[in-house]
Amino acid sequence: MIAGRHRIDLIVNGRARSIETAPHHTLLEVLRDDLGLTGTKECCLVGECGACTVMVDGLSVDACLMLAVEADGATVTTVEGLAADGRLNPLQQAFLDHGAAQCGFCIPGQLVSAGALLAHNPRPTRVEVEEGLAGNLCRCAGYEQIIGAVLAAAASRPDA
Amino acid sequence: MRAFEYERPAHLDDALALLSRHGLEARPLAGGTDLIIRLRDGTIRPRVVVDLKRIAELEGQIRDNDVGITIGARTVMTDIAADARIRRDFPALAEAASVVGAVQIRNRATLAGNVCNASPAADTAPALLVYGAAVVAYGAAGVRRVPIDEFFVRSGVTTLARDELVVVLELPRPPGRQGSVHVRRTRRRGHDLASVTLACAVSSDGITRLAYGSVGPRPILVVDETGLLADPSAPEQAKLRRLEVLLVDASPSPRSMRASPEYRLAMLELLALRAVCTAIERLAGGAAA
Repeated sequence: MIAGRHRIDLIVNGRARSIETAPHHTLLEVLRDDLGLTGTKECCLVGECGACTVMVDGLSVDACLMLAVEADGATVTTVEGLAADGRLNPLQQAFLDHGAAQCGFCIPGQLVSAGALLAHNPRPTRVEVEEGLAGNLCRCAGYEQIIGAVLAAAASRPDA
Repeated sequence: MRAFEYERPAHLDDALALLSRHGLEARPLAGGTDLIIRLRDGTIRPRVVVDLKRIAELEGQIRDNDVGITIGARTVMTDIAADARIRRDFPALAEAASVVGAVQIRNRATLAGNVCNASPAADTAPALLVYGAAVVAYGAAGVRRVPIDEFFVRSGVTTLARDELVVVLELPRPPGRQGSVHVRRTRRRGHDLASVTLACAVSSDGITRLAYGSVGPRPILVVDETGLLADPSAPEQAKLRRLEVLLVDASPSPRSMRASPEYRLAMLELLALRAVCTAIERLAGGAAA
């Protein structure tokens, strides 16, 4: 069976994009394969590891569990959208400063989840950071550095 | 993932027409956190996926009405866990919603989808059972109100017809005061499916309602009307004996990877006792409902 293709319009990292896609392609596949945004990683494909975390309309979601057609009309932010004007955002800088990236594979998802957490809760407790990042696995087990970096980024915000 | 067609109806009747027309070859899509996994692994192979998220009549809202609250079919776990009314009057449901998957899942997964998916381990099911929730379904024959206890059949099977859709879940406000709680046992901290998931509500008239899941093909509701479980001064041994009788229908699968039947049964009794204690404390603490 040849399934019909659908045109979807979405805003990705501030840029309007119009893409033709098949319904069985996930948002993850469209981001990586059609838009070349390979910062978002493909890993478990069952919504457990968080490597594919992106923000859709301001909420963190697993891009592997969302069809691209479902994102029609949405605003999507990937890890590539975090830095502005070639400068790392405070969260990214804190990850660097704390040595939070080891192999680095989970880091795009960790950064997007942490960014979504801080957007909704600018002053999280350690427990809230742990809960906010519970859907992002780090197989290097660099959790201490990652949590430390998120807490440091929260503490360094100008309205502290 | 195998190819399929995608439909995004704007109205309930359009969605029902699609489901009727395609029958077994159509699958409704709400949050997708269960569906897309099964589309990918090939356990389901629909010809058409019907996305329900742009249907005007299906809401993502939680509303008050005369008899209680209603939760629209598109309402996601994040919003249920954060809702002040649910946290105050139906805390076991807020607690259950807050442990479904991780943030990314809770931002997509709907309560209606959790119920329709009918996993025996669904964390929200015990809370809905103790609160006496009703599923409001809409189909060709009109609106049907199904008590949640008559909705679950077995793993993946409900009494919802193929050409019906859940529109709303209703939670009736309890007549008197009650204390309630959700508890669960998982293999590890962080997000995991429950080895035992349980909710308990103790009301001021001495009735205790317990519902438990992940220990059999469907979640089960039991009610203690003797007043023994609700009695703060009753001895623990007596309560355990009563619980043994009440929990007799638990039948955990020996084939599950998550926990052995022996472990689940032992934890079920322990969690039930703890939940009864917490519900009694909350009732005494003056929880509003």
